Amino acid sequence: MTLKTLTQLSSLLGSGEISSLELTQDYLHRISQSDLNAFITVDEAMALQQARAADAQRAAGDNGILLGVPVAHKDIFCIEGMKTTCGSKMLDSFVAPYTATVIANMNQHGLVTLGKTNMDEFAMGSSNESSYYGNVANPWGDSSKKLVPGGSSGGSAAAVAAQIAPAATGTDTGGSIRQPAAFCNLTGVKPTYGRCSRYGMVAFASSLDQAGPIAHSAEDAALMLNSMTGFDHRDSTSLELPAEDFSAELDTPLQGLKIGLPDEFFGDGLDPEIATLVEAAVKQYEAMGAVIKRVSLPNSELALPSYYVIAPAEASSNLSRFDGVRYGHRSEQHDDLVEMYMRTRAEGFGAEVKRRIMIGTYALSSGYYDAYYAQAQKLRRIIANDFNRVFEECDVIMGPTTPSTAFAEGGKSDDPVAMYLNDIYTIPANLAGLPAASIPVGFNSDNLPAGLHLMCPHLQEARLLNIAHQFQQETDWHLKPAPAAWVSGDE
Amino acid sequence: MALDETTVREIASLARLHITDAEMEKYRSDLSNILDLVAQMENHDTSGIKPMTHPLDAVLRFRTDEVTENDQRSKFQALAPNSENGLYLVPKVID
Repeated sequence: MTLKTLTQLSSLLGSGEISSLELTQDYLHRISQSDLNAFITVDEAMALQQARAADAQRAAGDNGILLGVPVAHKDIFCIEGMKTTCGSKMLDSFVAPYTATVIANMNQHGLVTLGKTNMDEFAMGSSNESSYYGNVANPWGDSSKKLVPGGSSGGSAAAVAAQIAPAATGTDTGGSIRQPAAFCNLTGVKPTYGRCSRYGMVAFASSLDQAGPIAHSAEDAALMLNSMTGFDHRDSTSLELPAEDFSAELDTPLQGLKIGLPDEFFGDGLDPEIATLVEAAVKQYEAMGAVIKRVSLPNSELALPSYYVIAPAEASSNLSRFDGVRYGHRSEQHDDLVEMYMRTRAEGFGAEVKRRIMIGTYALSSGYYDAYYAQAQKLRRIIANDFNRVFEECDVIMGPTTPSTAFAEGGKSDDPVAMYLNDIYTIPANLAGLPAASIPVGFNSDNLPAGLHLMCPHLQEARLLNIAHQFQQETDWHLKPAPAAWVSGDE
Repeated sequence: MALDETTVREIASLARLHITDAEMEKYRSDLSNILDLVAQMENHDTSGIKPMTHPLDAVLRFRTDEVTENDQRSKFQALAPNSENGLYLVPKVID
């Protein structure tokens, strides 16, 4: 059974073989039959209306490459008139009064919204087990052995892997696009910090958050990224750069490409089967003309502790807006204002969110700010400097995306710190603001997918996608459908 | 780094989070374990290093000081749990 990529669907729409209405109806049907719990909200009427509008535009002569293609959006992006929950009880009643810039940009390109995908609450998690709306199942597992899809963009990854959406948006603060992509055999890209506007994207950690695509291939991801990026004056951290076509370099040959392999990414804690798959991939790149260099990122082990100060600290500030006053949940039991705040937040937030808010509050509090937050920000610069040094001798840095393949539901949910270790290879790219991707690299002895992680210097997304795409021309890991994926002929 | 219950209650109060007695030990233990993870960074020498607030060290843009937004108060206030006459209603603050 072949899986349909965004690129293939775009071609079918372009040639008139299928209409956006038919395509959207097909995916809406698949979603309604799915038991993965990948979606929180599906507005069929709105999706069909957008599809009809796209078909009308095409009939009027518009032939944009993404016109009429249906996609799913992580429920962290505001869409005017739609429930936007961030996987939280706090926002269960919140209907967004405006649309996020990333979504508005994609709408301008004619993309159709299938629905809002499930996620770890407020983007804090690596397994999609902390959502108020329940866990998401990985289509690479089965009913006897439920596996997590990764997180926090678990719903987006599960939907694409199950082929109930051709592609989806996600967000990545410490690995939340790349880690689920690795667990679900997908291509996930986090662009350079500032490429995608954060206006309308509910904030978790403002200096780390970035929107990005989750798709079946680098070619698809490039198309998605083209529709998502661009300067936005409403986001003070948005990069003011001319529009770029991230597909432009896909076919550049890799002869002479310098690949850096950091010693620190192949140490203890990495599943040996994943190490083997990554090493085989590196050999593949050598056969394509690349040159391999062993390098060192000596401060790598400071990335996880720095992140678990910076991210919670910024989260504690960003989530202070959820106080029951202007929107969202408000507790009914309170005698005064402070009690209202305390009970509203206790009722509205789940345990992981509360843990991170408290760590963040502690790290920013008087007497601890210098030892924790200021120290973490200095370590952040040290880590970023290591990358600058390595990029003087390499074009791309590679390694495994995750230390393990998808784990069983409930496997790590009792131990927050064990859960945090999932992001050990992905976090450095967020701290340094670098563009990074995870692409399928093969399967372990349990037929579970693993991801190859790639990082390029700032603003080199086109190059990053080229390096990924060339691998996908020589291998077909990314085309293997998940066992529980939708099969044509399924009812 | 082990936190005691008093400290956890102070943090929860600063964060405006109500923690029940039944929940206290789990949060105390979890937060202590997270701080153990974080402890790895404490003694690292960072003398002479400037803190990094933005990965590309960008500075905030300025714009002309002119009104560009429309009044959408009623649209936004329609979302409020309790509002009247353009005001958000909340329980009184007791001294």
